[in-house]
Amino acid sequence: MNMAYTRRTKDQLAARVAQDIFDGAVVNLGIGQPTLVANHLPAGREVILQSENGILGMGPAPEAGEEDYDLINAGKQPVTLLPGGSFFHHADSFAMMRGGHLDICVLGAFQVSATGDLANWHTGEKDAIPAVGGAMDLAIGAKQTWVMMDLLTKQGTSKLVQECTYPLTGIGCVKRVYSDLATLECTPQGLKLVDLVEGLTREELEKLVGLTIAA
Amino acid sequence: MINKIARSVADALAGIQDGATVLIGGFGTAGIPGELIDGLVEQGAKDLTVVNNNAGNGDTGLAALLKAGRVRKIICSFPRQADSQVFDGLYRSGKLELELVPQGNLAERIRAAGAGIGAFFCPTGYGTQLAGNRETREINGKQYVLEYPIHGDVALIKAERGDRWGNLVYRKAARNFGPVMAMASKKTIATVHDIAELGTLDPETVVTPGIFVHQVVRIERVATQAGGFKKAA
Repeated sequence: MNMAYTRRTKDQLAARVAQDIFDGAVVNLGIGQPTLVANHLPAGREVILQSENGILGMGPAPEAGEEDYDLINAGKQPVTLLPGGSFFHHADSFAMMRGGHLDICVLGAFQVSATGDLANWHTGEKDAIPAVGGAMDLAIGAKQTWVMMDLLTKQGTSKLVQECTYPLTGIGCVKRVYSDLATLECTPQGLKLVDLVEGLTREELEKLVGLTIAA
Repeated sequence: MINKIARSVADALAGIQDGATVLIGGFGTAGIPGELIDGLVEQGAKDLTVVNNNAGNGDTGLAALLKAGRVRKIICSFPRQADSQVFDGLYRSGKLELELVPQGNLAERIRAAGAGIGAFFCPTGYGTQLAGNRETREINGKQYVLEYPIHGDVALIKAERGDRWGNLVYRKAARNFGPVMAMASKKTIATVHDIAELGTLDPETVVTPGIFVHQVVRIERVATQAGGFKKAA
């Protein structure tokens, strides 16, 4: 099998996610890799970013020396507020998620099942200190939950699985997986291919993840 | 005359009893009532249940309260941090009980307490470890878990400005848990940077009406050269 493909870099992956965020969308970008998406939103699209700690209309990081530690994102880094932005308390913030008011949230993941179960908060190791934050609320709250991740672990194991072995964050909540090798849709019937990096075929991808992927 | 302005942090905190449930506001560097937490360490109440989004950073603030052995149980969403070593040690040695709650459930359970709700069905966490063995119910084809309110004996919160009736306004993302914690507690103590003359806060912009607040203490503002606010100690 000749697999002469090139993985998407982290920035290319962020740009791929950003390409699908529509004009006017209200979006929550999870901690870590998903925050990169903000740097790649196509010009001409007005997108409102929500931060779970009570910000709508979140802007980029401030200039050095302009940091205001009352204005931080969910990852606790200083940010700015765009014109039109607003502040609100935590119960309202999570009402925006649970109440179905957010269009899209983008999260990282340890594992995603073919039908969209998500595991991203706990590796299940016995001595690990658990921490969940807003992951479970975000996963089930937004109109669309997208996952952004490398398709394989460093050991080469697929993070797309038939059934999650790590503790679950939410059931059947992931709609799309954007990865370094392909974009896939999770459906009640299983995985469906959206796109692939150049040089990779659907059959090769099926072998890599060990799951059937509908064209 | 109604006057909720306390002369000092120590005066405001007097009367907090052993075994109390203490709701503490703040998220990251924003809205942490550091002076009140330090005051609680001084005040000496023990066997506390603390409700906060996190479980302390470094060796100061909430971490110092934990280190002093005053806390029996912590209810939070995100205890694990790069510098949560005090919590980590106590938790691993079994000296501190942890109730881990998804962040939105934490906020809504606190809000429910303040709003007089007996319990509510919430979709977050359904089918996960964190739903425990609580009752579940299918409502209109969707699955929910029964969640109970979190009441506080005391809430310690940080606001920007307040008056002698206890009306509060906040600053930017420092609002976070303050408004719901104020509602949910028998006694709410707020620090502010400015005490406003009664009638000078714009009534249209009061976020927490004074009915939810019992003591207001003025604290110094720590400004950076940029005019922002320094990382809380």
